[in-house]
Amino acid sequence: MSSQFDALGQRPQSTLDDIDAIALRRPWRWISAAIGLIFVAALVQSLAKNENLKYPIIAQFLFDWRIVNGVWLTITLTIVSMIVSTLIAIVIASMRLSSNPVLTSISWLYIWLFRGTPLLVQVVLWGYLGLLYRNIIIGIPFTGITFLTLDTNTLIPALVAGFIALTLNQGAYSAEIVRAGMLSVDEGQREAAHSLGISALATFRRILLPQAMRVIIPPMGNETISMLKNTSLLSVIAVLELYTQATLISSRNLYQVELLIVISLWYLTLTSILSVPQYYLERRYGRGFSRDLSLTPIQRIKVALKQFHKPRVRANKDGN
Amino acid sequence: MSEPLAIGKEHQSQREPLVSIRGVRKSYGKHEVLRGVSLDVQVGEVTILLGPSGSGKSTLLRCINHLESIDGGRIIVDGELIGYRQHGSKIYEMHPREIMAQRKTIGVVFQRFNLFPHMTALENIIEAPLRVAGISKQDAIKRGQELLDRVGLKDFANYYPAKLSGGQQQRVAIARALAMEPKLMLFDEPTSALDPELVGDVLDVMRSLAAAGMTMIVVTHEIGFARSAGDHIVFMDGGVVVETGTPEQMLDNPQHMRTKTFLKSVL
Repeated sequence: MSSQFDALGQRPQSTLDDIDAIALRRPWRWISAAIGLIFVAALVQSLAKNENLKYPIIAQFLFDWRIVNGVWLTITLTIVSMIVSTLIAIVIASMRLSSNPVLTSISWLYIWLFRGTPLLVQVVLWGYLGLLYRNIIIGIPFTGITFLTLDTNTLIPALVAGFIALTLNQGAYSAEIVRAGMLSVDEGQREAAHSLGISALATFRRILLPQAMRVIIPPMGNETISMLKNTSLLSVIAVLELYTQATLISSRNLYQVELLIVISLWYLTLTSILSVPQYYLERRYGRGFSRDLSLTPIQRIKVALKQFHKPRVRANKDGN
Repeated sequence: MSEPLAIGKEHQSQREPLVSIRGVRKSYGKHEVLRGVSLDVQVGEVTILLGPSGSGKSTLLRCINHLESIDGGRIIVDGELIGYRQHGSKIYEMHPREIMAQRKTIGVVFQRFNLFPHMTALENIIEAPLRVAGISKQDAIKRGQELLDRVGLKDFANYYPAKLSGGQQQRVAIARALAMEPKLMLFDEPTSALDPELVGDVLDVMRSLAAAGMTMIVVTHEIGFARSAGDHIVFMDGGVVVETGTPEQMLDNPQHMRTKTFLKSVL
């Protein structure tokens, strides 16, 4: 305790009793918890006793090499598409926010086109690009001068087509998220940067974007999870990601439900893991905003371990 | 404040004003905010802009470093036309890069501080010297520490703005503007967003800055500061300059009816 007396020389009133109230009873919490548990138990029982579900099959295929390969391809597609689409989104969003009417029109058109058509349709269209353009020609338009002619199906195999489809579609959605983030930054920030003579590009990169990130990251985490699941749409153009692998296996052994459970377990695992980087990114860009950063789970464990080793210090009742 | 802020600058001849504003007009849509404002500010002088809200004083201040473009008239700072280039009778819009270069020599302190919240106090101060002036990181940090010391915040270099009081934030903002070694400082109601007991520290910093010979244009309602630190008071109303004079003339013996009414309401 710093002093027995406060600034006005008064003795703090510590003579009153501490409040040790009896907690309000909340019986409905117990009742609703019990009802919930009954339903869960019933569901578990129906699955456990179900003879149509072959658990050994699930165990057998959970780490099958084809499934594991599918998992890796799904992860790769998700990461690469998210990174490239985020870069596209930043460009499109800054175009949309610029004062240049040509740039705003282009970005508007991009978002309109890729957000306005179903992703499934876009995937198939990119997959069938060879039907639309047999060859891809590099040259000067309208003159007939060509430098290079490439066969579309060689240049863009299914995997590349799928990657392009996911990335361009995601770019449109992410652009709107980035734009919302930029709009959330106070106008005074731009003015302060400009009044210091900081260029428009440096203002965007150093001042506005880091602040916008705080608003951008939570919905982007959402989008990453969507992307992970949307990779399964590439099965229609025979990209060998997780879902395609499962359907290929089950078309032969006819254990459709078991394989769907196998990949559902994988999708659940992967989406759970994704929340970890999101947590740390949110902390990173929260610096300076929240007055106190709470400890990370790892830091909390460390603190707990230290306290475990040390003898417990009895809490002083005077509140020192 | 222990010592006045030392800003290395010799006084030029009193003939040529550092800031020359001539017939400036500015409209937002149909509403004309500035209706032909003219005023001169000499090197080393502190000019106080007084006036009721909506009189155009903040807009005028923002026009001086081209945060707002003007519709008519001329603003000249240190011999340079702000925001435009004139060749013969033709006026050309400036490239943003040239405007940025002009802004480097004009420091601005905002009512709401506008510190960068994701940077510490020191990082706020060294950002522009590092990115714009191209000073080495070591020198920028050294100079940043000196500036923090001079605004009385030596021990707060690594604090994020959210952890500082309003008065402390505003003093960091002043240090940030000073880091670019401006020839002119603009203050847009620097104490209006502060709790009353925090106003004094900020005004002290501004006083020592004035004592060190910094040329300043200050929009404020602090009449005490205007009297003690101001060389000139400019009273604006309805987008025009109504009356100018020394603090004694303006505060003790205003000529214009509108000035009298305004002063009665704020004193």
